[in-house]
Amino acid sequence: MSAIHPPAEKLWWKQPVDGVELTWIIIALTWCLIMFFAMPLWHVFGEQNYSGEAYNVLPEQHIARVEQMVQAHTVRHETDLQIPVVRPPAGSDVYLLARLWQWYPILELQKGQTYRLHLSSADWQHGFSLQPLNVNVQVLPGYDMVLTVTPTESGQFGLVCNEYCGIMHHTMLSRLYVVD
Amino acid sequence: MKPLFRTCPKSGLVLHRDAENLIKANAVAAVVFLAVGGLLGLLVALTRWPSVHLLDAQRFYQVLTGHGVVTLLVWVIFFEIAVLYFCSAVLLRCRIAMPRVAWTAFVLMLVGAAITAVAIIQGGSSVMMTSYVPMPASPLFYLGLILFAVGALIGCFIFLGTLVIARDERTYEGSIPLVTFGALSACIIAIFTIASGAIILIPTFLWSVGYIGSVDPLMYRVIWWAMGHSSQQINVAAHVSVWYAIAAIVFGAKPLSEKVSRGAFLLYILFINLASAHHLLVDPGVGSEWKIFNTSYAMYLAVLASLVHGLTVPGSIEVAQRKKGLNGGLFEWLRKAPWGNPVFSGMFLSLVGFGFIGGISGVVMGVEQINFLVHNTIYVPGHFHGTVAIGTTLAFMALSFWLVPILFRRELIWPGLAKWQPWLFGIGTALQAFFMMGAGTLGVSRRHWDIAFTDALFDWAYSGLAYTMMALNGMSALMAVTGGLLFVLIMVGTIFFGRPSGVPAEYSAQRPATLLPPAPETGGHAGIGMGWLVAPGTFVLAMFLLVIFVVYYVINYAYLASLWKIS
Repeated sequence: MSAIHPPAEKLWWKQPVDGVELTWIIIALTWCLIMFFAMPLWHVFGEQNYSGEAYNVLPEQHIARVEQMVQAHTVRHETDLQIPVVRPPAGSDVYLLARLWQWYPILELQKGQTYRLHLSSADWQHGFSLQPLNVNVQVLPGYDMVLTVTPTESGQFGLVCNEYCGIMHHTMLSRLYVVD
Repeated sequence: MKPLFRTCPKSGLVLHRDAENLIKANAVAAVVFLAVGGLLGLLVALTRWPSVHLLDAQRFYQVLTGHGVVTLLVWVIFFEIAVLYFCSAVLLRCRIAMPRVAWTAFVLMLVGAAITAVAIIQGGSSVMMTSYVPMPASPLFYLGLILFAVGALIGCFIFLGTLVIARDERTYEGSIPLVTFGALSACIIAIFTIASGAIILIPTFLWSVGYIGSVDPLMYRVIWWAMGHSSQQINVAAHVSVWYAIAAIVFGAKPLSEKVSRGAFLLYILFINLASAHHLLVDPGVGSEWKIFNTSYAMYLAVLASLVHGLTVPGSIEVAQRKKGLNGGLFEWLRKAPWGNPVFSGMFLSLVGFGFIGGISGVVMGVEQINFLVHNTIYVPGHFHGTVAIGTTLAFMALSFWLVPILFRRELIWPGLAKWQPWLFGIGTALQAFFMMGAGTLGVSRRHWDIAFTDALFDWAYSGLAYTMMALNGMSALMAVTGGLLFVLIMVGTIFFGRPSGVPAEYSAQRPATLLPPAPETGGHAGIGMGWLVAPGTFVLAMFLLVIFVVYYVINYAYLASLWKIS
């Protein structure tokens, strides 16, 4: 019953390491190092990374930028609430607002074009969850998160809020269009 | 008043009366909260079973908040305080430090948990366990958690004080046992955890009563997770210690080498708490260097430690079994293990479930870029049911089957049903983890009342498979909860109605004999195993785990590579 008794040798750190253990430690450490270096390497060679670009922003500043974009680039309205569908120019800064319990506005992007997508919240924390791709990021009030995105397929995508944001959280659902 | 000790005739353990009573109180409180938390969990699972959809939205979020707080904090920490007292006072045969202060700690934890419970029941604090600002909870919600944490912190210092007493009064010779060493690492991790909790919850409490204007949401997340994630790392260190203890108790297993096992615990102390970064991998405002260094526990050194424990715990059992003559083939030692003994089966299922389900999923989703695919989906609860429910809770249940009869001097009731308990709970929870991870892979959100989005302006339909997975999760929860309920009934039944075992306890003021190390072995491991491998079966199992790990890791990166370009 040695694990609940003092070690047989008081100087336990001088005890020799068992062969099975040593072999396993070498194998496991090798795998650990591979996993570690994969992350920075993916920043260099992979195409799905968040660079970390972010700024402080007041909710009213972000809302103002959203409104400016909506006024300049709305192409149509959807639903009874007349939610604007915005088609911003390729390469431009695109602003999306998360608020209780709505994504605003609806974005229509072009396949193969690159956009600077700015995400922020007007109130509580929200979660940007693009379906069915299943790409998920956190949206915080006070922070302007900039993702440089290039859609590689066209279609209609679901935009779910996946950070709990109160009683009507489950109704916070929108769309995102990608056209050819 | 002189300290009083008794010796348990069956196990040979020496119990200091105050320590014994404190362990009983903390363990009983733990089991009561486990019962509450488990039932709340059942309500959550039944609501998320689409065709059952039991609770309304308001009640659902309230129950989910309660389930998280009660199981992830209250149940495990109460039990861990009991484990700390056991690993110090009982294993070292010494009196517990400052028993009155320890009782104060117990009352503080109980009062704190009650205050938070009241806040949740009142309905104004359905903010989830994480209580992300600026969504407000009632001030009582934070206050209760702070009091609970202060109590737990005092418990940690009682443990450290007891270690000092044992050393000072020379109740043992040599170094502290490995299990106590593991408990010490859990205690150090706990102190870091609780300090982080205080740093963020106290200002949040002050904000909720109006003394502070605002709490930055990102700062909150960074520091809160140093408490919220690290508290689960206390669990890891504690349940690994419990694995070693059970291997020693059931098999008389001896660690392959003390240096490696203790070194792995040291790696936990140094690196495991960095993993709170797992929750911030797709947050704005923290840079990639920070994310990569922390999410990988600085080059995955805490993962290395878990992989080492994953080899040495079953490896030590294998060696002990082979020495007893079960030396045939790769797996005779495992086939002929006492699978009907819940102390062993619970521990072994905990080990396998923690490694294959909780461990692999945790590391893969903690990869900076792969986290895009997982963040805030129900994959996350799937993962941590694999670590906390299978790993920690099942290990603690297994230990209880051995410890509760000793503490209460009663025979276990329903030994026939007890045999099945770890299987029901372990397999039920494993299936839940599996189905939640599956649904999360298909995009289903966590903390979401209705994946059909009733009353939303738009519609979005998850795949039929996702719905099936959520239904299967509900069914698996029924199985897991049956196992959990059986555990609670057996424990409560044993305490109240179990047949008294043996002669009445005689406490004596005489100091127990000094705890001596076993005589050094001669001959080593000669004649067992295959070739130079003393534990070939364990080595094969470990390599099997590694292969699954590598394949799953590569599949995730491969899927990620097929997505939109993001930079």
